[in-house]
Amino acid sequence: MNSNLPKDQEFLLPAQGWFIALTLFVAILLNWLPWSGWGLILKPDFVALILLYWCTHKPYRVGIGIAWFVGIIADVADATLFGQHALAYTVLAFGGTVLHRRVQMFDLRQQTMQVFPLLLISYFIYAAIHWQMRDIWVWSYFLGSFVSAALWIPLTILLQTLRRPRSDPNEL
Amino acid sequence: MDSTSSFQFFKRGPSAVVRLVFFVVLSLSLLFIDAHFKYLEAARTVVSVVLYPFQRLITLPGMAWENIGTYINTQGYLVKENTRLNEQHRVDQVRLNLLSVLQVENVELRNLLQVPQRVNYPMQTAEIMYVEHDVFKRKLFVNKGGQANVSRGQVVMDDIGIVGQVTRVYPWLSEVTLITDKDHAVPVQVLRNGIRSVVFGSGEANQLTLRYMPVSADIQIGDELVTSGIDGTYPPGLPVAKVVKIDRDPAYPFARIVCMPIAGVDHNHYLLIVSGLPELPPLPDPEPVDAGKTKIIKKPQTP
Repeated sequence: MNSNLPKDQEFLLPAQGWFIALTLFVAILLNWLPWSGWGLILKPDFVALILLYWCTHKPYRVGIGIAWFVGIIADVADATLFGQHALAYTVLAFGGTVLHRRVQMFDLRQQTMQVFPLLLISYFIYAAIHWQMRDIWVWSYFLGSFVSAALWIPLTILLQTLRRPRSDPNEL
Repeated sequence: MDSTSSFQFFKRGPSAVVRLVFFVVLSLSLLFIDAHFKYLEAARTVVSVVLYPFQRLITLPGMAWENIGTYINTQGYLVKENTRLNEQHRVDQVRLNLLSVLQVENVELRNLLQVPQRVNYPMQTAEIMYVEHDVFKRKLFVNKGGQANVSRGQVVMDDIGIVGQVTRVYPWLSEVTLITDKDHAVPVQVLRNGIRSVVFGSGEANQLTLRYMPVSADIQIGDELVTSGIDGTYPPGLPVAKVVKIDRDPAYPFARIVCMPIAGVDHNHYLLIVSGLPELPPLPDPEPVDAGKTKIIKKPQTP
C-alpha cells in the first residue's frame, strides 16, 4: 500500500461509477437500518456523508443532480414528503461542490470543521421543512449532525483505502 | 473561482449555482405539491415498490438479530422455567406421595372400621410405633399399652387376619410378637376339612411353616388356615395363612408345608388389638401318669 501519497494526489485516485453508486446504495441501506432509542436520536446521516465525500472529492462526477435524485429515493424510503431529503441534499451537494477546493487543501481534522457546517445546514433544512409542515421542532435531531461530522474522518479513510489501487508488484 | 466560471475550457454544463437553484425549486415544488395535493402518491407507490426488496434486505440482519435475541431469551426463560418447574415438581412429588400414603392409610382405616362388624369382639386400633431392629426377631411396638387396657396375650390383627400377639405391655406401648417370629405358634385348622394343626413362624418375613403334619395329611396348596380357637388365646375362625408349598418327602416323617400369612404382617401401619375374648374355663391340671393309674384304680372306690 502506497500510503504516503501527497495529499493533493489522494484526490486524484480513480473512482469508478459503479463504486460511487455502490457507496451511495450502501449509505441508503444504512440509513434504512431500523434504528431505535438512542441510536435513532444519534443516527448519523450516512447518505449525506457519502454525498458530501463524493461532492468534495469528485465534484464533476457527483453533483447536485445526483444528490437530488438520492434525496428523492430517501424521501420515498422514509415516507417523508417528496423533496424533503432532496432539498437538504441539494443544498449539501452545492456546499460540497463549492467548497471542494478548500476541503482538498486541508487535512482530515480541518476537513471535519469545514464539513460540519454543511451537515448542520442540511439537517437544519430538513428540520425546518418538518417544522413548516407539521409544527414539530426536535432539537435532539441535530445531535445526528455532530455524530455525522465525527464520522467524517473514519469514513474518508475507509473510502480512500477502498479507492486505492491494489499495490502494483512492478512498482519500485 | 472567477477564472473557472468565466473561462470554461471544458464543457461542464450549467454552473453550480444554476443547478442549485433549479433543484431547490424542484424540491420545493415537489414539497408543495406533496403537502397540498395527493398527485404524487402513485409515484411514491411505484418507487416504494421498487425499493421494498432492499428495505426488506436491510432489515434482515436486524430481524435475524432480534430472532437470535428472542431465541436466547427464550432459552434463558425456558431454563429458568424448567428449574422452577423441577423444584415445583419435587415439592408436588412429596405432597403427592404424602397424599397417596394418606389414601392408603384411609383405606386401611376404613377396612379396620368394618372389621368389628365381622368379628364380634371389642377391639381397639393401634398404630405401629417402632419395628424391632433385630433381624432375628419379628416384633413391633404399637402405641397402645397398659393405659389403654391392653394386656398380655391379646391378639393383634389387621383387617384381614391374624398378625400377632401382645407379648409385653408397657404403660403407653406394647410389644407385639408377629406370627412370623421364630417358633411362634398359632393353633390352626384347615378351613377345607378341619384338620387341626399348629402353624409356626419361621423367622422370615413372609413365611410360616406347618409342622408335624404326616406326609399323607390331606393338605393342598391353596388351603386356608384359620385359627382354631382351641387354646383360648386366639378367637376361632380368623384367617391366618395360606398353604403355598408342600414338600412331601417320604424320607422324612413329616411333610414340609410352607404357608404365607394372609394378613399383611409386615406392611401395615394400623393394627387392631382384640380384647375381651371369652375366658375359657381353666385347663384342668394335667394328672400325673401314675396318679392317673391310681385314679383308675381308685375309680371303683368312688361312688
